[in-house]
Amino acid sequence: MQMPAPNPAILSRKAELVARLRAVLPADAVIADPAETRAYECDALTAYRCPPMAAILPSSTQQVSDALAICHEMGVPVVPRGSGTSLSGGALPTADSVILGVARMTAVLETDFDNRFIRVQAGRTNLSVTGAVEAQGFFYAPDPSSQLACAIGGNIAMNSGGAHCLRYGVTTNNLMGVTMVLMDGTVIELGGAHLDAPGYDLLGLVCGSEGQLGVVTEATLRILHKPEGARPVLIGFDSNEVAGACVSDIIKAGVLPVAIEFMDRPCIRATEDFAHAGYPDCEALLIVEVEGSEAEIDAQLALIEGIARRHDPVELRQSRSAEESAKIWLGRKSAFGAMGQINDYMCLDGTIPVSALPLVLRRIGEMSKEFGLDVANVFHAGDGNMHPLILFDANRPGDLETCEAFGAEILKLCVEVGGCLTGEHGVGIEKRDLMGHQYGSEDLAAQMDVKDVFDPGWLLNPAKVFPLDASRARRAARGRAA
Amino acid sequence: MTPRTEDELAAIIKGADAPLRIEGGGTRPIGGRAVGARLSTSAMRGIVLYEPGALTLVARAGTPLEEVEAALAQEGQRLAFEPMDHRGLLGSAGTPTIGGVVAANVSGPRRVQAGACRDFLLGVRLVDGAGRIVRNGGRVMKNVTGYDLVRLMAGSYGTLGVLTEVALKVLPAPQAAVTLRLSGLDDAQAVAALARALGSPFEVTGAAHLPGKATLLRIEGFAAAVAYRAERLAMLLAPFGAVTIEDDPATVAATWRDIRDVAAFHGRAGDIWRLSVRPTDAPGIMAGLSGVEALYDWGGGLVWLLAPEGSAQAIRAGVNARGGHATRLRGAGADAFHPLPAPVAALQAGLRQRFDPRGILNPGLMASM
Repeated sequence: MQMPAPNPAILSRKAELVARLRAVLPADAVIADPAETRAYECDALTAYRCPPMAAILPSSTQQVSDALAICHEMGVPVVPRGSGTSLSGGALPTADSVILGVARMTAVLETDFDNRFIRVQAGRTNLSVTGAVEAQGFFYAPDPSSQLACAIGGNIAMNSGGAHCLRYGVTTNNLMGVTMVLMDGTVIELGGAHLDAPGYDLLGLVCGSEGQLGVVTEATLRILHKPEGARPVLIGFDSNEVAGACVSDIIKAGVLPVAIEFMDRPCIRATEDFAHAGYPDCEALLIVEVEGSEAEIDAQLALIEGIARRHDPVELRQSRSAEESAKIWLGRKSAFGAMGQINDYMCLDGTIPVSALPLVLRRIGEMSKEFGLDVANVFHAGDGNMHPLILFDANRPGDLETCEAFGAEILKLCVEVGGCLTGEHGVGIEKRDLMGHQYGSEDLAAQMDVKDVFDPGWLLNPAKVFPLDASRARRAARGRAA
Repeated sequence: MTPRTEDELAAIIKGADAPLRIEGGGTRPIGGRAVGARLSTSAMRGIVLYEPGALTLVARAGTPLEEVEAALAQEGQRLAFEPMDHRGLLGSAGTPTIGGVVAANVSGPRRVQAGACRDFLLGVRLVDGAGRIVRNGGRVMKNVTGYDLVRLMAGSYGTLGVLTEVALKVLPAPQAAVTLRLSGLDDAQAVAALARALGSPFEVTGAAHLPGKATLLRIEGFAAAVAYRAERLAMLLAPFGAVTIEDDPATVAATWRDIRDVAAFHGRAGDIWRLSVRPTDAPGIMAGLSGVEALYDWGGGLVWLLAPEGSAQAIRAGVNARGGHATRLRGAGADAFHPLPAPVAALQAGLRQRFDPRGILNPGLMASM
C-alpha cells in the first residue's frame, strides 16, 4: 500500500505543535510519546500500520475547533478517529499526522420522544445510543456488526449500514443533523431536529465522506419506537442459486422483511462448529426476519414460507421462542469470529444487484479454485451487500498478496454486474486504488472538487478514498507534499 | 433547446455563453422562474431498467412521472416517498418528470415514515455546468463508494448540473390503507396527538392536521395488519377524543392526495410558504403570525402557509428562533430560499462555483443568501 512520504518539515516541528495543542487541550488529552501513540497505529484493518506523530482526545466541540485551527495553521494533516473499528483503514494515520480521537465525547445532549430524535456527542457508541432511549421503547436503527464498540462519528464518516437496512436504511437515512468543525476550526451546523435541508444537502454529502470534509462532533439521530415483536425463520437450500432466487421472489411478493441474511456452506460449517446455533447441513442458508404484532408476524411468515416451499427447501424452521430467535441470530452474528478461529481472512464488502447473486456466487467459486484460496460467503442478501471472506494464512509468504489480488477481482466483478466496491465499510485505503474501476476520471474529479471546497489544503484524513495519482495535482497545488 | 441524448446536452452546455433555464416538465417554478434560455430534459426519456425483485428502477430524467408510476403499479410497487404534484398549488401546467422530482427533492406525507426522495435515490448521471458528464452512486441499495453526490444533487434545483438519469429504490405497494380521523383539536393538541401516534409501534405513514377541520392519520400494509393497528391506534388516541376509521380505498387515496398536494390552498390568493420545523415547535410559530392560514403535515414538522405578501421577515424570525427553514414557493421577491449562516453559504457557493464555474445553470435559484 503506497502512502505519501511524511513531510520532514512537519515532523521537525513536532515539539512546537505538541506545545501549542497542550495550550488549548487538557494535559492528558495530548499524546506525543511514541510508546503511547502506537495504540493508534491502525484500526480494524490491521494489515496496515503507521503510528501518528501525536494523538489528541478533545472533549468538546470548542476543543476540536481550537486544535484543528492550530493544525491548519501549521499545515499538519489530521486523521479523525471514532472507535477505530474501520475495516477499510479509514483511520490509518500517516507518520506526519495527528490522530483526533472522539472517544471522550460520549455524552447524550438531548432526547426528545415527541419529536423522535436524540442528540449525542460523536464518540458515543452505536449501541449506547439505543441504550439511552430503550427504556422508553425506542431504538436507533442502523446496526453495524461492531455496534457494541463503534462510534456514531465513525458511523457518519462511513455511512455505516447493518443487517436491518433493507427496512430501516443506512446511517444517512437516519441522520438528521450534525455539528461539524471544518479544518480551519470553523464550526458549522447542518440540519437539526427538522427534516431536509434549506440549501444543498450538505448533511448527505458529509455522511460517508470518510472524515475528509470535517470532524463531526455532535449528531442528531432519528429514533423509532420498537416494533411489537420480531421473529426469524431459517430456510436451508441445496444450492446457492435456488437460495438467491428465493430472495428475489420474497421481495417481489410485496413483503418487506427487516432482514434477509445469506450464508453459504463453508460459512455455515464454521459458525456451527463455533457457535452451535443448530444450523442444518446444507449448501445455503437464509435467515429472514419480519416484525410486527404476533398476528402480523404469523401472516408475513406464512407468505414467506409459501414462497420458500416452491423452491424445495431442505430445511424450514420458524423460531418458536425468544431463545430460538437469539440462537438463530447468534450463528450469523458470530460468523466473522468463527472464521477468525480457523483462519486469517479478508472480509470484502461489495454490493451487487440481487438478480446477479447466483452468477456472482458461481464466479467467486470458480475464482476460488483459480487463486487456490477458500471463500466463505455471508451477507445481507435483501440489499445485495456481499461479505465474501477470503481465507488465507498470514504466515505463508505470498498468501496475503494472492488474497488481495483475489479480493480485487471479486470487487471488479461486483462493479461489472452493476454493483459497487463497497456497500458499508467504506473505501478507506483498502479500496482506494480500485476506485478507477468504478468511476471514470470525470466522476472522481467531481468528488475531489467537493474535497477542494471543504478542505482546500487536503489536510483531513490524507491518502484515503482517492487514488494518489488522481489527487496528486490537487494536493501539490495547495502546498502539500505530493 | 431539447437535447435527445446526454452527449447532445453536454455539447449544448459546453457551447453555452448565456444563462440556461433548466426544465423537466416545468411544473415546479419554485421560488419564481429562473432566467435564461429554456433547456428541457423532456426528450431524454424512458425507463432504462426496472427489476421488481431488486426493488430498483432506472429512468432517464425526462421520463414523465406518470409513466414511472404506471410501470411500478403493474408490479404492485410504488415510489414510497409519495412525490407531490405542484401544479394545483403553483398554478403551473405541464407534465411532471422524474428528473424534476429529484431536482427539487419532492416528497409527500409518507416522508415522515419512509423518508424523502433523497433517501430513495440510488444513483445519478448528470452534465455539470462545465459540460462534464458525471456519474455517482449506482443502482444498488447499499453503496458507500466515494463521496455521496447523489444526495447533493437531490434538491439542488439544477444549479449544479442537469440530471440525465436517476436510479431509485422502490417499494411494494400496500394491500390496504385506512385513515383515522379526529376532530375538534386545536393546533397544539393535534400535534401532541400526532406525536403520540408517530411514537407508537403502529407504523403511521401519514400524520396531518387541517386546523378547524380534522386531524388525520394513515396506516398502510397487509389488510389484517392494518385493521389491527388502526384499532390499537384508536385506543392509544382515545384521550384526544373519538376516532373514526375510514377504509374505503378511493376515499383514503383522495384524502391523502389532497394533503400531499395542499389542495386546500389551490386557487387562493396570497403567498405560499413551506416550513420545515421541529413538529412540537409548529403551533408556537403559527401563534406568533397573523393573517396566515396553516396546514400541518409530517406530524407538524411540515407547515404549509397561505400568507399575505411581505410576510417573509415575520415567518423567518419565528423559524429562526427555534430552528428549521422556510421557503416561499409562490410569491414575488428575491428572498424565496431560506438564508444560510455565512460559513454554510460559503460552502454552498464554493460547490456551485466548482460545478458551474460560469454561473449559467439556473442563476437566481437557491441564491437567497
